[in-house]
Amino acid sequence: MTDFLSSYTKFLSPYLGGNPAEVVIAVIVASVLVGFVAASAVFFIWLERKVSGRMQDRLGPTRVGGKFGWLQTIADGMKLLVKEDIIPGDADHMLFRLGPYIAFCGSFLAFLALPFGNNLVAMNMNIAVFFMLAVMSTEVFGIILAGYGSGSKWSLFGGMREAAQMVSYEVPMAICVLIPVIVAGTMNLNLIGQQQTGIIWNWYLFHDPFTFCAFWTYFTCATASCKRAPFDLAEAESELVAGFHTEYSGLRWSFFFMAEYGSMFAVSGIATLLFLGGWHTGLLPKQASNWLENDAGTTGFVLFSVLSVAVFIAKGWLLVFVMMWVRWTLPRLRIDQVMMTCLKYLLPISCMLLIGVSAWQVLPHGVLYYLDFIKYLGAFACVALVVLTIYRIFSTRSQLPASGAASIWNPTRPSPVVMAKKS
Amino acid sequence: MDINFHTFFFYLIAILTGICAIGVVVTRNIVRSAAWLLFTLAGTAGIFFLLNADFVGATQLLIYVGGTLVLVVFGVMLTAQGPFISMKTGAAEWVISTIVGIVLYSALTYSIFTSSLYFPNPPHADDPADSRNSVKLGMGFLGLGVGPEYHEPSDKVGATPPVRTSYLLPFEIVSVHLLVVLIGAAYLARAKRRRGGAS
Repeated sequence: MTDFLSSYTKFLSPYLGGNPAEVVIAVIVASVLVGFVAASAVFFIWLERKVSGRMQDRLGPTRVGGKFGWLQTIADGMKLLVKEDIIPGDADHMLFRLGPYIAFCGSFLAFLALPFGNNLVAMNMNIAVFFMLAVMSTEVFGIILAGYGSGSKWSLFGGMREAAQMVSYEVPMAICVLIPVIVAGTMNLNLIGQQQTGIIWNWYLFHDPFTFCAFWTYFTCATASCKRAPFDLAEAESELVAGFHTEYSGLRWSFFFMAEYGSMFAVSGIATLLFLGGWHTGLLPKQASNWLENDAGTTGFVLFSVLSVAVFIAKGWLLVFVMMWVRWTLPRLRIDQVMMTCLKYLLPISCMLLIGVSAWQVLPHGVLYYLDFIKYLGAFACVALVVLTIYRIFSTRSQLPASGAASIWNPTRPSPVVMAKKS
Repeated sequence: MDINFHTFFFYLIAILTGICAIGVVVTRNIVRSAAWLLFTLAGTAGIFFLLNADFVGATQLLIYVGGTLVLVVFGVMLTAQGPFISMKTGAAEWVISTIVGIVLYSALTYSIFTSSLYFPNPPHADDPADSRNSVKLGMGFLGLGVGPEYHEPSDKVGATPPVRTSYLLPFEIVSVHLLVVLIGAAYLARAKRRRGGAS
């Protein structure tokens, strides 16, 4: 046995090697990432409640932690920790226990390859995008196991829908990821981020019309792959109670939420790096950005790194906010509509975009020189649209409804509700 | 034996993978068996990552965990009659699988011992010809030479440029094989039209 082991070690020893300091660094990096995933989940749950409240003309949480209900999620987390942990009698105990952990691990592992700034990444992998897609596909398995292992009809339906949806949506999503990868010539997310240094038109979103369309296709697929509404067939509160996590309570249930919000940020991070310029502000020219990073001494480097991380996280949060916005705006699709959207629309669209971007890459330089105006045009049009939208949001005056039970909107007059309570 | 952290993690992952592989075999319940298989495959992927073969590890996860295992459980959920199905294995199946397992294991062990004799100095992980580098691997699949240089045996003086191996042919064969499988699956699963019927 010892002979066998030593032979095996001898065979592998050139590949293995290491340094105790690496382990300490690895533990620190992993702790920072776990902390980030958990903290952003707490923030997102609060944000989701505030956003949904805003869209439904409610206030959302207001009491815990001051005016905006900042600490509501912490209070909910405490409640979940002390809640009774129930495993249904009919459930397959092993699978029931395993599901949440597999889902969370899959979602968390993706963060290992996600750069938060130039070289600010846990593992600077050659194939970072591919790795992220691969480990995020394991999250699906956790959810399917949970749906199957719960031993409940609602959960089984949720798990089945999740499996069908995932297996279909992974295809257009992977093709859409491939489009900027073709432009960049690498799967290394850090390099892809570096390539987009400079003013906003250097982002791959504006590189050509195909990458521009690919971003929206990718974002749709990513929303579906996080099983967010309008694609939340696996949960479907109004039809399946809560789908795959109907039977879960307490801490296990919160693991599903951490996984969901973690993977929302992960797919948003991929979108940010592939299309939206990664950690670059889009305002600093290339020279200024490079000078700040390399030639401005330690202060400049620290400033650049802090700015990078802040910009990257802000962009990721913005995309997560858009997902929430979409969730509370659009009604849920039926399962056949979900499958049709994927197989009849998103898949052909992404294949056409892939062909288109490949053709664009082989255009002669002379032609590309004349087509260069497209990226400036796209960038200016998008910036103008965003500015106009923000202007409209602030310039539109809110109006109270004049008809119906108009008096309940007016705080100075006693509303019918208050009057009814008094009497 | 020089123990460093990579070696430690290698043994840790290898032992866990082995335990999970035994779990796959001894579990009767198909979905539980799939769950054990998940850990086995993830452990194998972990060993690939430990050996700096990132591409192979990620492919392992994507294809087996994200594809095959999901389809296994999906198939079970679609076809199961009762709530949790379990497999019953007969004595003949036990005998056949034991023989196949022992043969496979001895073949693997033999190849490990002989390969460490044949290659006392395997290439270092930083060697660009290694599979770690996905660009090189992709180039090899596209037909560009990536392997070690060699000259034609008839060419004693080295007049012709050296040749490197590429993986274009195996790659094409595998993709044609996949296409055949896809067409076969579509043929088997198509809606059967009754002969002479209205539709």
